[in-house]
Amino acid sequence: MFSFDLLLNAVVAGVLLGCFYTAVSIGLSMSFGLLDVPNIAHPAVLVLGAYGTFLLGQQGMDPILAGVILMPVFFLLGIGMYRFYYETFARRGANAELRGIAFFFGVSFVIEVVLILIFGVDQRMVEASYIGRGLSFGEVRMPMRMLVAFGMAIALTVCLALYLTKTFTGRAIRAVAQDEAALRLMGANPVRIKQWAFGLATAVSALAGALLIIVGPVEPSLDRIYIGRTFCVVVLAGLGSMTGTLLAGLTLGVSESIVLTMFGASWSQAVSFGLLLLVLGVRPQGMFGK
Amino acid sequence: MKTSSLFKAALAGFSILFAGSAFAQPIKIGLGEALTGTLSGGGKASLLGLEMWRDDVNAKGGLLGRKVELIYYDDQSSATTTPGIYTKLLDVDKVDLIIAPYATVPTAPIMPLVKQRGLLLMGNFSFQVNHTVKHDMWFNNLPFGNAKTWFDGYFKLGQKLGVKTIAFLAADQEFAQNLANGAKEIAKQLGLKTVYEQNYPPTTVDFSAMIQAIRSARPDLVFVCSYPNDSVAIVRAVNEIGVGDSVRMFGGGMVGLQYAPIMESLGSMLNGIVNYNSYVPERTMEFPGIKDFLNRYAKQAVEAKVDPLGYYLPPFSYAIGQMLEQSITATKSLNQKVLAQYLRTHEMKTIVGPIRFGPDGERAQPVVPMIQFRGVLDNDLEQFRQPGKQVILAPEQYKTGDLIAPFEKARKS
Repeated sequence: MFSFDLLLNAVVAGVLLGCFYTAVSIGLSMSFGLLDVPNIAHPAVLVLGAYGTFLLGQQGMDPILAGVILMPVFFLLGIGMYRFYYETFARRGANAELRGIAFFFGVSFVIEVVLILIFGVDQRMVEASYIGRGLSFGEVRMPMRMLVAFGMAIALTVCLALYLTKTFTGRAIRAVAQDEAALRLMGANPVRIKQWAFGLATAVSALAGALLIIVGPVEPSLDRIYIGRTFCVVVLAGLGSMTGTLLAGLTLGVSESIVLTMFGASWSQAVSFGLLLLVLGVRPQGMFGK
Repeated sequence: MKTSSLFKAALAGFSILFAGSAFAQPIKIGLGEALTGTLSGGGKASLLGLEMWRDDVNAKGGLLGRKVELIYYDDQSSATTTPGIYTKLLDVDKVDLIIAPYATVPTAPIMPLVKQRGLLLMGNFSFQVNHTVKHDMWFNNLPFGNAKTWFDGYFKLGQKLGVKTIAFLAADQEFAQNLANGAKEIAKQLGLKTVYEQNYPPTTVDFSAMIQAIRSARPDLVFVCSYPNDSVAIVRAVNEIGVGDSVRMFGGGMVGLQYAPIMESLGSMLNGIVNYNSYVPERTMEFPGIKDFLNRYAKQAVEAKVDPLGYYLPPFSYAIGQMLEQSITATKSLNQKVLAQYLRTHEMKTIVGPIRFGPDGERAQPVVPMIQFRGVLDNDLEQFRQPGKQVILAPEQYKTGDLIAPFEKARKS
């Protein structure tokens, strides 16, 4: 039986979920969408960020603060990863992307095994005043942890969009995505620009990892669940578009939530990926790609 | 004459040497185990329980005068790896006996192989894998029986409350669906009206919309069949959104609420939930040897980085070893048919209580402690070692308390 309250709650839950999808995908939107790096290890890096947050949380630190503190560390990790990828794959030319997939696939396995060795295989969670509590406005109820994800996703999108459009380095990153050779002719080093951008994308993943463990428990193999979803958001958005990533995340979250509430949860993911196929069929460059 | 004596002496020497090497040859027991992947939380803890049995039995001199050796491989929580692993164990490692991997999914594909070769297989918390294969040398340590016996206690409790309507929430995976279907049959028999039914994909991140829908449906009873990550998300969503005043009882088949890290992290959010378990430290479940096992396990679990409480699986893995030990010692044989015959016809004495098998290799009398979380505090793992935190409501012979209902009242208990 149709209920307006239920539909309203589904839309609100979908918006919050969509923003969470955006937050965990926006790093990939930079590394894969802008830089063309087949970063299959992105979800594993998210899980690594979540475990870093867990470690700092054990010392009583707030998960969001822990995520922010981890960002510089992950920035350096990203720079190291890109440098290794560039020296061993991208620089050697032919089939760099294909071999790069194997490299990042390997990285994700290494991360998973290292996490198992250090933390074991049990689920880990963090605590914060906003986890396990809800807010209600009339008949609309929402979990506070999802509101945090909502806020962080908006903040990340705005910051990255401003950075990429208003700063010199940001514009250089967009330039390297559009025409690497032209950038080189202008005297800039595209490899360093890409390295910087990949570091930035990895740093963002640290914060997104903090959100991951705020929203639910994590375990070393959790990355497998997020591979499809994060790539779906990025491709749906159109490669490299930050605001597009937010809108694609929202589209996915809201459609999943409405389908779940009205037609059944089993259909929700089929609809999401059906939407992706439809968009790719009609607009191969994605909803917001150029 | 002199040559003959020398020959005899050499022969005697060889005989002693030969006998000595046979004595030194260990009894090899092989298994695949989920050491990585989604089932590894249970798999690693389960393996520790089995290793503790091996160490205990070897400290007593082994079996039939031979040491016991465990040979195991990581099945990665996958059904695709186990046929290869068990073929290797049997044909390359030449193990004497095999134990099934932890859980249903990795066990199911080895059943045809085991039946074809006529092998004894000790099951380790697998659900209905012998249902269609009907192998007569299968003996499962799972105490729950089939889908109906598993939740019989839950529905009897609901019946006492006079419930009329029910909501179902179940993961869209084989194991959870099998359980949910069993529960639905019971609900149908009891004449309960289903007001909400949702099968969610296992990759679901947030359950707010589903809990909101349950709230709107206003059921008397909520039955959940979920996996660990989902269980956490569902408990959190219940705490955040609330299921409403209509709900008399909530829970049922939530996997994960038996694991120490999850119990510790959810803390007071668990209060009021009624859920199945395999063992809880209540006075009615103080079987001989269980306390000693759990004390020793607690020390080793820290080093092994596995569930520090270890109530759910490790004692039952240890029990597998005890059952093999009892059968081998009594029959003085490693012949699989002889051992299977013994297991089929005798009561096994284990740290999880006496076990007798039915004709299908499952428990003749299933035992499913249906517990209610009470007075659980936040951030305190040690509290779960004490009685009173997981009060047994059913079955009658293990009962340590009465159900507190409705759910909202129980949450404050």
